[in-house]
Amino acid sequence: MVEGWAAAMPANAWNWIAVWRRNYLAWKKIAIAAILGNLADPLIYLFALGFGLGIMVGPVDGASYIAFLAAGMVAASAMTSATFETIYAAFGRMHSQRSWEAILCTQLTLGDIILGELAWAATKAFLAGTAIMVVASILGYTAWPSALYALPVVVLTGFAFASLAMVVMALAPSYDYFIFYQTLVLTPMLFLGGAVFPVSQLPSAFQQVGRFLPLAHSVDLLRPALLGRPGESVGLHIGALCVYTVLPFFLSAALLRRRLMP
Amino acid sequence: MSNIAIDLTGVSKSYDDKVVVDGLSFTVAAGECFGLLGPNGAGKSTITRMVLGMAPPDAGKITVLGMPVPARARLARGRIGVVPQFDNLEHAFTVRENLLVFGRYFGMSRSEIEAAIPTLLEFARLESKADARVNTLSGGMKRRLTLARALINDPQLLVLDEPTTGLDPHARHLIWERLRLLLARGKTIILTTHFMEEAERLCDRLCVLDGGRIIAEGRPHALIEEQIGCPVLEIYGGNPRELRALINPYAERIEVSGETVFCYASDPEQVRVQLRGRADLRVLQRPPNLEDVFLRLTGRDMEN
Repeated sequence: MVEGWAAAMPANAWNWIAVWRRNYLAWKKIAIAAILGNLADPLIYLFALGFGLGIMVGPVDGASYIAFLAAGMVAASAMTSATFETIYAAFGRMHSQRSWEAILCTQLTLGDIILGELAWAATKAFLAGTAIMVVASILGYTAWPSALYALPVVVLTGFAFASLAMVVMALAPSYDYFIFYQTLVLTPMLFLGGAVFPVSQLPSAFQQVGRFLPLAHSVDLLRPALLGRPGESVGLHIGALCVYTVLPFFLSAALLRRRLMP
Repeated sequence: MSNIAIDLTGVSKSYDDKVVVDGLSFTVAAGECFGLLGPNGAGKSTITRMVLGMAPPDAGKITVLGMPVPARARLARGRIGVVPQFDNLEHAFTVRENLLVFGRYFGMSRSEIEAAIPTLLEFARLESKADARVNTLSGGMKRRLTLARALINDPQLLVLDEPTTGLDPHARHLIWERLRLLLARGKTIILTTHFMEEAERLCDRLCVLDGGRIIAEGRPHALIEEQIGCPVLEIYGGNPRELRALINPYAERIEVSGETVFCYASDPEQVRVQLRGRADLRVLQRPPNLEDVFLRLTGRDMEN
Protein backbone atom coordinates (compact mmCIF):
# COMPACT_ATOMS: atom_id res chain seq x y z
CA MET A 1 0.00 0.00 0.00
CA VAL A 2 1.69 3.13 -1.25
CA GLU A 3 -0.41 5.43 0.95
CA GLY A 4 0.53 3.56 4.08
CA TRP A 5 4.19 3.82 3.25
CA ALA A 6 3.92 7.56 2.74
CA ALA A 7 2.66 7.88 6.31
CA ALA A 8 5.61 5.92 7.66
CA MET A 9 8.26 7.89 5.74
CA PRO A 10 9.47 11.42 6.43
CA ALA A 11 7.28 13.94 4.60
CA ASN A 12 10.21 16.20 3.76
CA ALA A 13 13.81 16.92 4.73
CA TRP A 14 13.07 19.33 7.60
CA ASN A 15 9.92 18.22 9.48
CA TRP A 16 12.03 16.11 11.86
CA ILE A 17 13.60 19.26 13.28
CA ALA A 18 10.38 20.07 15.18
CA VAL A 19 10.67 16.71 16.98
CA TRP A 20 14.36 17.27 17.70
CA ARG A 21 13.59 20.70 19.13
CA ARG A 22 10.84 19.28 21.35
CA ASN A 23 13.37 16.86 22.84
CA TYR A 24 16.00 19.54 23.13
CA LEU A 25 13.59 21.75 25.09
CA ALA A 26 12.80 18.90 27.47
CA TRP A 27 16.51 18.07 27.86
CA LYS A 28 17.47 21.71 28.53
CA LYS A 29 15.35 21.62 31.68
CA ILE A 30 17.42 18.79 33.13
CA ALA A 31 20.67 19.30 31.21
CA ILE A 32 23.15 19.37 34.06
CA ALA A 33 21.89 16.18 35.67
CA ALA A 34 21.67 14.55 32.25
CA ILE A 35 25.24 15.43 31.32
CA LEU A 36 26.68 14.28 34.64
CA GLY A 37 24.69 11.06 34.45
CA ASN A 38 25.89 10.41 30.91
CA LEU A 39 29.51 11.16 31.68
CA ALA A 40 30.00 9.51 35.02
CA ASP A 41 29.71 5.91 33.93
CA PRO A 42 32.14 5.84 30.99
CA LEU A 43 34.65 8.07 32.81
CA ILE A 44 34.67 5.72 35.79
CA TYR A 45 35.35 2.83 33.43
CA LEU A 46 38.03 4.77 31.62
CA PHE A 47 39.96 5.65 34.78
CA ALA A 48 39.32 2.49 36.75
CA LEU A 49 40.27 0.17 33.90
CA GLY A 50 42.82 2.53 32.41
CA PHE A 51 44.84 3.05 35.56
CA GLY A 52 43.95 -0.07 37.52
CA LEU A 53 44.22 -2.60 34.73
CA GLY A 54 46.65 -0.50 32.71
CA ILE A 55 49.43 -1.02 35.27
CA MET A 56 49.17 -4.77 34.84
CA VAL A 57 48.71 -5.02 31.07
CA GLY A 58 51.29 -2.54 29.92
CA PRO A 59 51.20 -1.06 26.40
CA VAL A 60 48.54 -2.41 24.04
CA ASP A 61 49.00 -2.15 20.26
CA GLY A 62 51.85 0.25 20.89
CA ALA A 63 49.88 2.68 23.04
CA SER A 64 49.33 2.98 26.79
CA TYR A 65 46.31 0.93 27.82
CA ILE A 66 44.33 4.01 28.86
CA ALA A 67 44.95 5.67 25.49
CA PHE A 68 43.91 2.42 23.81
CA LEU A 69 40.81 2.24 25.97
CA ALA A 70 39.81 5.88 25.38
CA ALA A 71 38.58 5.18 21.83
CA GLY A 72 36.66 2.14 23.08
CA MET A 73 34.98 4.19 25.77
CA VAL A 74 34.05 6.95 23.31
CA ALA A 75 32.42 4.36 21.03
CA ALA A 76 30.78 2.54 23.93
CA SER A 77 29.34 5.71 25.41
CA ALA A 78 27.95 6.74 22.02
CA MET A 79 26.43 3.27 21.77
CA THR A 80 24.83 3.30 25.21
CA SER A 81 23.58 6.87 25.17
CA ALA A 82 21.96 6.51 21.73
CA THR A 83 20.47 3.16 22.74
CA PHE A 84 19.14 4.29 26.11
CA GLU A 85 17.72 7.50 24.68
CA THR A 86 15.75 5.39 22.23
CA ILE A 87 14.65 2.38 24.25
CA TYR A 88 13.81 4.32 27.40
CA ALA A 89 13.14 7.98 26.59
CA ALA A 90 11.68 7.66 23.07
CA PHE A 91 9.75 4.56 24.07
CA GLY A 92 8.25 6.58 26.92
CA ARG A 93 7.28 9.35 24.53
CA MET A 94 5.61 6.80 22.27
CA HIS A 95 4.09 4.53 24.90
CA SER A 96 3.19 6.21 28.18
CA GLN A 97 3.50 9.97 27.54
CA ARG A 98 1.59 9.70 24.24
CA SER A 99 3.67 12.51 22.72
CA TRP A 100 3.88 10.64 19.43
CA GLU A 101 0.12 10.27 19.34
CA ALA A 102 -0.23 14.05 19.66
CA ILE A 103 2.33 14.60 16.90
CA LEU A 104 0.58 12.15 14.58
CA CYS A 105 -2.43 14.52 14.65
CA THR A 106 -0.33 17.28 13.07
CA GLN A 107 1.37 17.74 9.72
CA LEU A 108 4.21 15.45 10.74
CA THR A 109 4.30 11.82 9.66
CA LEU A 110 5.47 8.80 11.61
CA GLY A 111 8.66 8.90 9.52
CA ASP A 112 9.30 12.50 10.60
CA ILE A 113 8.96 11.45 14.23
CA ILE A 114 11.32 8.48 13.85
CA LEU A 115 13.90 10.61 12.05
CA GLY A 116 13.64 13.34 14.69
CA GLU A 117 14.10 10.80 17.48
CA LEU A 118 17.12 9.25 15.73
CA ALA A 119 18.70 12.65 15.21
CA TRP A 120 18.10 13.49 18.86
CA ALA A 121 19.58 10.19 20.07
CA ALA A 122 22.60 10.78 17.80
CA THR A 123 22.93 14.25 19.36
CA LYS A 124 22.99 12.71 22.82
CA ALA A 125 25.58 10.19 21.62
CA PHE A 126 27.66 13.03 20.23
CA LEU A 127 27.53 14.89 23.56
CA ALA A 128 28.48 11.80 25.54
CA GLY A 129 31.26 10.69 23.18
CA THR A 130 32.70 14.18 22.80
CA ALA A 131 32.76 14.77 26.54
CA ILE A 132 34.94 11.68 27.05
CA MET A 133 37.18 12.74 24.21
CA VAL A 134 37.61 16.15 25.81
CA VAL A 135 38.57 14.64 29.15
CA ALA A 136 40.94 12.16 27.51
CA SER A 137 42.47 14.98 25.45
CA ILE A 138 43.02 17.23 28.45
CA LEU A 139 44.88 14.38 30.10
CA GLY A 140 46.96 13.95 26.98
CA TYR A 141 45.71 10.55 25.82
CA THR A 142 44.58 11.65 22.37
CA ALA A 143 46.39 12.93 19.32
CA TRP A 144 45.44 16.28 17.82
CA PRO A 145 44.20 17.35 15.37
CA SER A 146 43.44 13.84 14.06
CA ALA A 147 41.02 13.36 17.00
CA LEU A 148 38.69 15.77 15.18
CA TYR A 149 38.02 13.01 12.65
CA ALA A 150 36.39 11.14 15.49
CA LEU A 151 33.55 13.65 15.82
CA PRO A 152 31.54 12.67 12.72
CA VAL A 153 32.21 9.00 13.53
CA VAL A 154 30.64 9.46 16.97
CA VAL A 155 27.54 10.98 15.33
CA LEU A 156 27.31 8.12 12.84
CA THR A 157 27.74 5.60 15.67
CA GLY A 158 24.89 7.33 17.48
CA PHE A 159 22.64 7.09 14.43
CA ALA A 160 23.43 3.40 13.90
CA PHE A 161 22.70 2.40 17.50
CA ALA A 162 19.61 4.63 17.73
CA SER A 163 18.29 3.04 14.56
CA LEU A 164 18.91 -0.49 15.85
CA ALA A 165 17.31 0.41 19.18
CA MET A 166 14.29 1.80 17.31
CA VAL A 167 13.64 -1.69 15.94
CA VAL A 168 13.92 -3.17 19.43
CA MET A 169 11.59 -0.48 20.76
CA ALA A 170 9.06 -1.06 17.99
CA LEU A 171 8.83 -4.72 18.97
CA ALA A 172 8.86 -4.38 22.77
CA PRO A 173 5.51 -4.63 24.53
CA SER A 174 6.89 -2.89 27.63
CA TYR A 175 10.07 -1.60 29.29
CA ASP A 176 10.73 -5.02 30.79
CA TYR A 177 11.97 -6.43 27.50
CA PHE A 178 14.82 -3.98 27.03
CA ILE A 179 17.01 -5.72 29.57
CA PHE A 180 17.40 -8.60 27.10
CA TYR A 181 18.75 -6.27 24.46
CA GLN A 182 21.16 -4.75 26.96
CA THR A 183 22.51 -7.99 28.40
CA LEU A 184 22.37 -10.22 25.35
CA VAL A 185 23.37 -7.74 22.65
CA LEU A 186 25.07 -4.61 23.98
CA THR A 187 27.22 -6.11 26.73
CA PRO A 188 28.73 -8.86 24.55
CA MET A 189 29.25 -6.29 21.81
CA LEU A 190 31.36 -4.20 24.17
CA PHE A 191 33.86 -7.09 24.38
CA LEU A 192 33.51 -8.61 20.93
CA GLY A 193 33.72 -5.19 19.29
CA GLY A 194 37.22 -4.47 20.57
CA ALA A 195 36.29 -1.60 22.85
CA VAL A 196 38.18 -2.79 25.95
CA PHE A 197 40.84 -5.13 24.54
CA PRO A 198 42.18 -5.97 21.07
CA VAL A 199 39.92 -8.41 19.21
CA SER A 200 43.03 -10.44 18.36
CA GLN A 201 42.91 -11.78 21.93
CA LEU A 202 39.70 -13.66 21.11
CA PRO A 203 39.32 -17.14 19.62
CA SER A 204 39.02 -16.80 15.87
CA ALA A 205 35.33 -17.73 15.74
CA PHE A 206 34.54 -14.78 18.01
CA GLN A 207 36.80 -12.57 15.96
CA GLN A 208 34.78 -13.44 12.86
CA VAL A 209 31.52 -12.53 14.59
CA GLY A 210 33.02 -9.41 16.08
CA ARG A 211 34.04 -8.02 12.70
CA PHE A 212 30.42 -7.58 11.68
CA LEU A 213 29.28 -5.75 14.80
CA PRO A 214 28.51 -2.04 14.45
CA LEU A 215 30.60 -1.24 17.53
CA ALA A 216 33.65 -2.89 15.90
CA HIS A 217 33.31 -0.64 12.85
CA SER A 218 33.00 2.37 15.11
CA VAL A 219 36.05 1.39 17.20
CA ASP A 220 38.11 0.67 14.08
CA LEU A 221 37.42 4.21 12.91
CA LEU A 222 37.81 5.94 16.26
CA ARG A 223 40.97 4.29 17.58
CA PRO A 224 43.32 5.35 14.75
CA ALA A 225 41.83 8.85 14.85
CA LEU A 226 42.36 9.25 18.58
CA LEU A 227 45.83 7.68 18.54
CA GLY A 228 46.89 9.72 15.52
CA ARG A 229 47.44 6.71 13.27
CA PRO A 230 46.31 6.21 9.68
CA GLY A 231 42.95 4.47 9.47
CA GLU A 232 42.42 1.23 7.58
CA SER A 233 39.40 0.38 5.39
CA VAL A 234 37.78 3.67 6.39
CA GLY A 235 35.25 3.51 3.56
CA LEU A 236 34.18 0.01 4.52
CA HIS A 237 33.62 0.91 8.16
CA ILE A 238 31.70 4.08 7.31
CA GLY A 239 29.62 2.14 4.80
CA ALA A 240 28.84 -0.55 7.37
CA LEU A 241 27.68 2.03 9.92
CA CYS A 242 25.50 3.63 7.24
CA VAL A 243 23.91 0.25 6.51
CA TYR A 244 23.31 -0.23 10.25
CA THR A 245 21.57 3.15 10.23
CA VAL A 246 19.47 2.93 7.08
CA LEU A 247 18.15 -0.65 7.11
CA PRO A 248 16.88 -0.58 10.72
CA PHE A 249 15.32 2.81 10.01
CA PHE A 250 13.10 1.31 7.30
CA LEU A 251 12.39 -1.78 9.36
CA SER A 252 11.41 0.24 12.43
CA ALA A 253 9.20 2.51 10.29
CA ALA A 254 7.34 -0.55 8.98
CA LEU A 255 7.01 -2.07 12.45
CA LEU A 256 5.89 1.16 14.07
CA ARG A 257 3.33 1.80 11.36
CA ARG A 258 1.79 -1.57 12.13
CA ARG A 259 1.91 -0.84 15.82
CA LEU A 260 0.64 2.75 15.89
CA MET A 261 -1.49 3.07 12.77
CA PRO A 262 -3.21 -0.30 12.49
CA MET B 1 -17.75 20.19 -2.45
CA SER B 2 -16.72 23.10 -0.27
CA ASN B 3 -19.78 22.82 1.97
CA ILE B 4 -19.05 19.19 2.85
CA ALA B 5 -16.43 18.80 5.57
CA ILE B 6 -16.40 15.03 5.97
CA ASP B 7 -17.78 12.33 3.72
CA LEU B 8 -17.64 8.63 4.52
CA THR B 9 -18.98 6.10 2.03
CA GLY B 10 -19.23 2.41 2.86
CA VAL B 11 -16.32 2.48 5.29
CA SER B 12 -15.40 -0.76 7.05
CA LYS B 13 -12.63 -1.67 9.45
CA SER B 14 -11.82 -4.90 11.24
CA TYR B 15 -9.19 -5.75 13.82
CA ASP B 16 -8.27 -9.42 14.17
CA ASP B 17 -11.45 -10.53 12.40
CA LYS B 18 -13.57 -8.39 14.70
CA VAL B 19 -15.64 -5.92 12.72
CA VAL B 20 -15.28 -2.54 14.42
CA VAL B 21 -16.79 -0.33 11.72
CA ASP B 22 -19.26 -1.94 9.37
CA GLY B 23 -20.14 -0.29 6.05
CA LEU B 24 -20.52 3.15 7.55
CA SER B 25 -21.65 6.18 5.51
CA PHE B 26 -22.32 9.70 6.71
CA THR B 27 -21.71 13.28 5.69
CA VAL B 28 -20.82 16.26 7.85
CA ALA B 29 -21.63 19.68 6.41
CA ALA B 30 -19.26 22.61 6.90
CA GLY B 31 -20.12 24.63 9.99
CA GLU B 32 -22.12 21.91 11.65
CA CYS B 33 -21.54 19.98 14.85
CA PHE B 34 -21.92 16.29 14.18
CA GLY B 35 -22.01 13.78 17.02
CA LEU B 36 -21.01 10.12 17.06
CA LEU B 37 -22.89 8.64 19.95
CA GLY B 38 -22.59 5.16 21.28
CA PRO B 39 -21.35 2.89 24.04
CA ASN B 40 -17.70 2.03 24.54
CA GLY B 41 -16.60 -0.24 21.74
CA ALA B 42 -19.17 1.06 19.26
CA GLY B 43 -16.40 2.18 16.90
CA LYS B 44 -16.39 5.91 17.68
CA SER B 45 -12.66 6.30 18.26
CA THR B 46 -11.82 4.10 15.28
CA ILE B 47 -13.91 6.39 13.08
CA THR B 48 -12.07 9.49 14.31
CA ARG B 49 -8.72 7.77 13.75
CA MET B 50 -9.77 6.91 10.20
CA VAL B 51 -10.88 10.50 9.56
CA LEU B 52 -7.41 11.65 10.65
CA GLY B 53 -5.69 9.12 8.40
CA MET B 54 -4.24 7.26 11.37
CA ALA B 55 -6.00 4.01 10.52
CA PRO B 56 -6.52 2.98 6.89
CA PRO B 57 -10.04 1.67 6.19
CA ASP B 58 -10.35 -1.90 4.87
CA ALA B 59 -13.06 -0.76 2.46
CA GLY B 60 -14.88 2.41 1.50
CA LYS B 61 -13.98 5.98 0.76
CA ILE B 62 -13.18 8.87 3.10
CA THR B 63 -12.98 12.52 2.05
CA VAL B 64 -12.05 15.19 4.57
CA LEU B 65 -12.09 18.90 3.62
CA GLY B 66 -12.14 17.86 0.00
CA MET B 67 -9.07 15.64 0.30
CA PRO B 68 -9.00 11.85 0.03
CA VAL B 69 -7.93 10.20 3.28
CA PRO B 70 -5.61 8.49 4.08
CA ALA B 71 -3.89 9.33 0.75
CA ARG B 72 -3.69 13.06 1.51
CA ALA B 73 -4.29 12.89 5.25
CA ARG B 74 -1.19 14.90 6.06
CA LEU B 75 -2.48 17.87 4.09
CA ALA B 76 -5.96 17.48 5.55
CA ARG B 77 -4.52 17.41 9.09
CA GLY B 78 -3.01 20.83 8.45
CA ARG B 79 -6.56 22.18 8.58
CA ILE B 80 -7.80 19.97 11.42
CA GLY B 81 -7.52 20.40 15.19
CA VAL B 82 -7.74 17.34 17.41
CA VAL B 83 -8.74 16.94 21.05
CA PRO B 84 -7.86 13.33 21.90
CA GLN B 85 -9.62 11.14 24.39
CA PHE B 86 -6.51 10.73 26.55
CA ASP B 87 -4.39 13.62 27.74
CA ASN B 88 -1.22 13.84 25.67
CA LEU B 89 0.03 17.27 26.69
CA GLU B 90 3.71 17.73 27.53
CA HIS B 91 3.53 17.62 31.30
CA ALA B 92 7.04 18.88 32.00
CA PHE B 93 6.48 21.92 29.77
CA THR B 94 4.68 25.15 30.57
CA VAL B 95 1.39 26.07 28.95
CA ARG B 96 3.19 28.43 26.57
CA GLU B 97 5.84 25.84 25.68
CA ASN B 98 3.14 23.32 24.85
CA LEU B 99 1.65 25.70 22.32
CA LEU B 100 5.06 26.64 20.92
CA VAL B 101 6.18 23.04 20.45
CA PHE B 102 2.86 22.03 18.91
CA GLY B 103 2.81 24.98 16.50
CA ARG B 104 6.17 23.83 15.13
CA TYR B 105 4.61 20.50 14.20
CA PHE B 106 2.52 22.51 11.73
CA GLY B 107 5.59 24.22 10.33
CA MET B 108 4.75 27.53 12.01
CA SER B 109 7.57 29.94 12.79
CA ARG B 110 8.22 31.12 16.32
CA SER B 111 6.83 34.59 15.55
CA GLU B 112 3.65 33.15 14.02
CA ILE B 113 3.12 30.98 17.08
CA GLU B 114 3.86 33.78 19.52
CA ALA B 115 1.40 36.00 17.72
CA ALA B 116 -1.31 33.36 18.14
CA ILE B 117 -0.62 32.47 21.78
CA PRO B 118 -2.34 35.42 23.58
CA THR B 119 -5.63 34.84 21.74
CA LEU B 120 -5.48 31.11 22.43
CA LEU B 121 -4.75 31.63 26.13
CA GLU B 122 -7.62 34.06 26.37
CA PHE B 123 -9.92 31.63 24.61
CA ALA B 124 -8.91 28.84 26.99
CA ARG B 125 -9.12 31.19 30.00
CA LEU B 126 -5.53 30.36 30.84
CA GLU B 127 -4.02 33.87 30.63
CA SER B 128 -2.75 33.70 34.18
CA LYS B 129 -1.29 30.20 33.66
CA ALA B 130 0.91 30.91 30.64
CA ASP B 131 4.11 30.04 32.48
CA ALA B 132 2.72 27.33 34.74
CA ARG B 133 3.83 23.77 34.13
CA VAL B 134 1.08 21.50 32.84
CA ASN B 135 1.37 19.07 35.75
CA THR B 136 0.25 21.87 38.10
CA LEU B 137 -3.02 22.43 36.18
CA SER B 138 -6.45 21.04 37.08
CA GLY B 139 -8.18 18.52 34.83
CA GLY B 140 -10.44 21.20 33.37
CA MET B 141 -7.51 23.51 32.65
CA LYS B 142 -5.60 20.71 30.95
CA ARG B 143 -8.55 19.99 28.73
CA ARG B 144 -8.92 23.67 27.86
CA LEU B 145 -5.22 23.78 27.03
CA THR B 146 -5.70 20.73 24.79
CA LEU B 147 -8.50 22.62 23.05
CA ALA B 148 -6.31 25.73 22.68
CA ARG B 149 -3.52 23.54 21.32
CA ALA B 150 -5.94 22.07 18.77
CA LEU B 151 -6.62 25.62 17.53
CA ILE B 152 -2.96 26.61 17.01
CA ASN B 153 -3.15 26.00 13.26
CA ASP B 154 -6.48 27.86 12.96
CA PRO B 155 -8.26 24.70 11.78
CA GLN B 156 -11.51 24.57 9.83
CA LEU B 157 -12.46 21.25 11.35
CA LEU B 158 -12.22 20.07 14.94
CA VAL B 159 -12.17 16.39 15.82
CA LEU B 160 -13.07 15.90 19.47
CA ASP B 161 -12.85 12.43 20.98
CA GLU B 162 -14.84 12.44 24.23
CA PRO B 163 -13.81 16.01 25.03
CA THR B 164 -15.38 16.17 28.50
CA THR B 165 -14.95 12.62 29.79
CA GLY B 166 -13.56 12.70 33.30
CA LEU B 167 -14.31 16.38 33.94
CA ASP B 168 -16.45 17.75 36.76
CA PRO B 169 -19.75 19.44 35.77
CA HIS B 170 -18.40 22.97 36.06
CA ALA B 171 -15.39 22.23 33.86
CA ARG B 172 -17.63 20.41 31.42
CA HIS B 173 -19.99 23.36 31.05
CA LEU B 174 -17.04 25.66 30.43
CA ILE B 175 -15.81 23.40 27.62
CA TRP B 176 -19.31 23.28 26.10
CA GLU B 177 -19.53 27.05 26.18
CA ARG B 178 -16.12 27.33 24.43
CA LEU B 179 -17.20 24.81 21.80
CA ARG B 180 -20.40 26.73 21.07
CA LEU B 181 -18.28 29.83 20.57
CA LEU B 182 -16.19 27.95 18.00
CA LEU B 183 -19.34 26.83 16.19
CA ALA B 184 -20.55 30.41 16.15
CA ARG B 185 -17.27 31.31 14.46
CA GLY B 186 -18.07 28.86 11.69
CA LYS B 187 -15.85 25.90 12.66
CA THR B 188 -17.01 22.40 11.86
CA ILE B 189 -16.97 19.93 14.74
CA ILE B 190 -17.14 16.16 14.80
CA LEU B 191 -17.51 14.89 18.31
CA THR B 192 -17.65 11.48 19.90
CA THR B 193 -19.32 11.12 23.25
CA HIS B 194 -21.27 8.81 25.44
CA PHE B 195 -22.91 11.69 27.28
CA MET B 196 -26.33 12.28 25.80
CA GLU B 197 -26.52 15.66 27.47
CA GLU B 198 -23.37 16.73 25.65
CA ALA B 199 -24.77 15.52 22.35
CA GLU B 200 -28.15 17.19 22.92
CA ARG B 201 -26.56 20.51 23.81
CA LEU B 202 -23.94 20.74 21.11
CA CYS B 203 -24.84 18.63 18.11
CA ASP B 204 -26.82 19.85 15.14
CA ARG B 205 -27.00 16.27 13.96
CA LEU B 206 -25.82 13.01 15.33
CA CYS B 207 -25.74 9.35 14.64
CA VAL B 208 -26.16 6.62 17.18
CA LEU B 209 -23.69 3.78 16.68
CA ASP B 210 -23.77 0.24 17.87
CA GLY B 211 -21.41 -2.49 16.78
CA GLY B 212 -19.85 -0.21 14.16
CA ARG B 213 -23.15 0.51 12.46
CA ILE B 214 -25.46 3.51 12.45
CA ILE B 215 -28.71 2.60 14.12
CA ALA B 216 -30.24 6.08 14.00
CA GLU B 217 -29.32 9.42 12.53
CA GLY B 218 -30.81 12.90 12.66
CA ARG B 219 -31.24 16.05 14.68
CA PRO B 220 -31.29 15.30 18.42
CA HIS B 221 -34.78 16.57 19.07
CA ALA B 222 -36.19 15.05 15.91
CA LEU B 223 -34.68 11.71 16.89
CA ILE B 224 -36.17 11.89 20.36
CA GLU B 225 -39.55 12.91 18.99
CA GLU B 226 -39.53 10.23 16.32
CA GLN B 227 -38.25 7.38 18.49
CA ILE B 228 -39.95 8.20 21.80
CA GLY B 229 -42.35 11.13 21.49
CA CYS B 230 -43.85 10.93 24.97
CA PRO B 231 -42.86 11.58 28.59
CA VAL B 232 -40.86 9.01 30.51
CA LEU B 233 -41.38 7.62 33.98
CA GLU B 234 -38.36 6.12 35.67
CA ILE B 235 -39.38 3.74 38.42
CA TYR B 236 -36.85 2.37 40.90
CA GLY B 237 -37.18 0.08 43.85
CA GLY B 238 -39.68 -2.62 42.99
CA ASN B 239 -39.51 -5.94 41.21
CA PRO B 240 -39.19 -4.97 37.55
CA ARG B 241 -41.21 -7.94 36.30
CA GLU B 242 -44.09 -7.32 38.66
CA LEU B 243 -44.09 -3.61 37.84
CA ARG B 244 -44.13 -4.32 34.15
CA ALA B 245 -47.26 -6.43 34.50
CA LEU B 246 -48.93 -3.78 36.60
CA ILE B 247 -48.41 -0.79 34.34
CA ASN B 248 -48.26 -2.49 30.96
CA PRO B 249 -51.83 -1.60 29.92
CA TYR B 250 -51.17 2.12 30.39
CA ALA B 251 -47.79 2.41 28.73
CA GLU B 252 -46.78 2.67 25.10
CA ARG B 253 -43.61 0.79 25.84
CA ILE B 254 -41.59 -0.43 28.79
CA GLU B 255 -37.85 -1.03 29.00
CA VAL B 256 -35.99 -2.50 31.93
CA SER B 257 -32.37 -1.55 32.45
CA GLY B 258 -30.76 -2.94 35.58
CA GLU B 259 -33.16 -2.23 38.44
CA THR B 260 -34.85 0.67 36.69
CA VAL B 261 -38.10 0.43 34.78
CA PHE B 262 -38.46 2.99 32.00
CA CYS B 263 -42.09 3.53 31.17
CA TYR B 264 -42.99 5.51 28.05
CA ALA B 265 -46.54 6.77 28.39
CA SER B 266 -48.38 9.56 26.60
CA ASP B 267 -50.59 9.82 29.67
CA PRO B 268 -48.19 9.32 32.58
CA GLU B 269 -50.88 10.26 35.11
CA GLN B 270 -52.64 6.94 34.51
CA VAL B 271 -49.46 5.05 35.31
CA ARG B 272 -48.91 7.10 38.46
CA VAL B 273 -52.39 6.20 39.64
CA GLN B 274 -51.45 2.52 39.46
CA LEU B 275 -48.38 3.10 41.57
CA ARG B 276 -50.06 5.28 44.17
CA GLY B 277 -49.47 4.13 47.73
CA ARG B 278 -46.36 2.09 46.88
CA ALA B 279 -43.93 3.56 49.41
CA ASP B 280 -41.14 1.25 48.21
CA LEU B 281 -41.00 2.90 44.79
CA ARG B 282 -39.39 6.08 43.62
CA VAL B 283 -40.95 7.56 40.51
CA LEU B 284 -39.37 10.25 38.38
CA GLN B 285 -41.16 11.85 35.46
CA ARG B 286 -39.08 13.61 32.82
CA PRO B 287 -39.05 14.51 29.13
CA PRO B 288 -37.51 11.89 26.86
CA ASN B 289 -33.83 12.17 25.95
CA LEU B 290 -31.24 10.51 23.76
CA GLU B 291 -30.52 7.87 26.35
CA ASP B 292 -34.09 6.66 25.84
CA VAL B 293 -33.52 6.59 22.10
CA PHE B 294 -30.43 4.50 22.60
CA LEU B 295 -32.16 2.19 25.04
CA ARG B 296 -35.02 1.71 22.65
CA LEU B 297 -32.77 1.00 19.68
CA THR B 298 -30.33 -1.34 21.38
CA GLY B 299 -32.09 -2.47 24.53
CA ARG B 300 -29.04 -1.37 26.50
CA ASP B 301 -28.00 1.81 28.21
CA MET B 302 -25.26 3.97 26.82
CA GLU B 303 -22.67 3.53 29.55
CA ASN B 304 -22.41 -0.20 29.01
